[in-house]
Amino acid sequence: MWNLLQFELYKTFKKPRTYISFGAIAAIVFLIQIALLINGKEYVQFILSSVDETLLIPYAKVTNGYWICFVILNLLLIHVPILVALVAGDIVAGEASAGTLRLLLTKPVSRTSIMVAKFLTCVIYTLALLIWMAFLALVVSVLLFGRNDLVVAKQFELLQIQQSDVLWRYFAAFGFAAVALIVVAALSFLLSTISSNSIGPIVATVSIIIVLTILSEMHIPLYDNTVRPYIFTTHMLGWKGFFYINSSADGQTIPGSVSDGASIVRSFFILLAYIVVFAGSAIFIFQRKDILT
Amino acid sequence: MKKYCCLSILLCSLLGHCAAQEGNALLQKVRDKLNLVDNYTATGVMKTNISFLRVPQAEVTVYFRKPDKMKIRNDKGISFVPKGAVTISLNSIITGNNFTVVDGGTESLDNKQVRVLKLLPADENSNVILSTVYINEKAAVIVKAKTTTRDNGTYELHMQYGRFISYGLPDRVVFIFNTRDYKMPKGVTFDYGDARVQTPGADGNKDQRGQVEITYSSYLVNKGVSDDVFK
Repeated sequence: MWNLLQFELYKTFKKPRTYISFGAIAAIVFLIQIALLINGKEYVQFILSSVDETLLIPYAKVTNGYWICFVILNLLLIHVPILVALVAGDIVAGEASAGTLRLLLTKPVSRTSIMVAKFLTCVIYTLALLIWMAFLALVVSVLLFGRNDLVVAKQFELLQIQQSDVLWRYFAAFGFAAVALIVVAALSFLLSTISSNSIGPIVATVSIIIVLTILSEMHIPLYDNTVRPYIFTTHMLGWKGFFYINSSADGQTIPGSVSDGASIVRSFFILLAYIVVFAGSAIFIFQRKDILT
Repeated sequence: MKKYCCLSILLCSLLGHCAAQEGNALLQKVRDKLNLVDNYTATGVMKTNISFLRVPQAEVTVYFRKPDKMKIRNDKGISFVPKGAVTISLNSIITGNNFTVVDGGTESLDNKQVRVLKLLPADENSNVILSTVYINEKAAVIVKAKTTTRDNGTYELHMQYGRFISYGLPDRVVFIFNTRDYKMPKGVTFDYGDARVQTPGADGNKDQRGQVEITYSSYLVNKGVSDDVFK
């Protein structure tokens, strides 16, 4: 199994296209960091314009490394699934279209082992991408902008988390985001199994995510009560839950607390279920598939 | 009859004049006490209670220099300070003589008798429409002040005195002010969970009341405060 995984990893990371995602993330993060380094104050003013008349806002302190990281994650974690699909959508279908899949199956290993190795490769690629993003968004931002309390803007609330209480939330959020992105990898992996060219699964994954994200965010009662609680895009935002700090009755935040931990746990298990269903289905389908290419 | 009428008018105006003079004298006593302080640096804990804001308690340093320079600084983190808290101070309310003092008699505040003075600005273009101060006559300190402004509604200051009463400096200040609702477009925040659940008290664009409370632990009086602090 380990040899199979090494072989799959070698194939994946030998392809130049694998590194497009890493380059894209670096470019986006650096562009956002440069923009906020120059126009950070204006951006915070835009976000807090409705309270600017009432409160004195220390703009320079708000635009610190922790806040920049939050802004980057807010913008990027919607688009990273597309980058995950680039590799996961290609991992089976790419071999089918290149004609190497039949050759691979002549090896004395089970189809299940091959699929597990391929799925683990997708997972490792996704984790590598996320660690790269965490390094650029968090470590580089903190080095560039320094540390301070984190201000999180919700639709109707502004939350402030003390800097000593922020770092563990990022670790938890990245851990949750890893599970969320593995769901996308698993979906793309499933679509890759039933397709014989790699473009189809990549485009299909992106389309599914766009449609489901719109359904999650539209807040139309018809979908809110029926579809929304069950679709994975609703739960992929669960990483943000770690930044929704709990507060006492008089509005003082409680360090180390999370306002709705139960929802995060529920989202986590729903995402895990999606991973099991998508990856399991992919293995099940592949076991019964006629490999003709 | 005419004589009695004239006498009563004269008596009333005399009484009014005496009351205003008494009010002015009391205000001067308060002012004299506040004038003992040219500047101070105070440390304390600030608690903020605004419907849309969830913030931690903050350790703050408050800098003051006569006549009305004030700065609230949090060196360990971020503090959202109400704009009025640094512009509406006791000194700014009672400094100068550019207002008419109207004696409002006495009232009971927290089971203590206090003298009420209404300060009407002489300048009709002044941002302040009316200030009402509630004075502890014995200690010559203001325990409550209510200021109505043209632009930002009504501010209230509540003071509790203790260790620093000899300087007219409070141990605890509660600042109550008007605030509007906060709202961000959902498309910008991408909230997790049901963001449509609004914070308690949030209701459309109605004005609401916010409160900031500072409990002082120490004052450093008349030791000088650098200009850089207020920049």
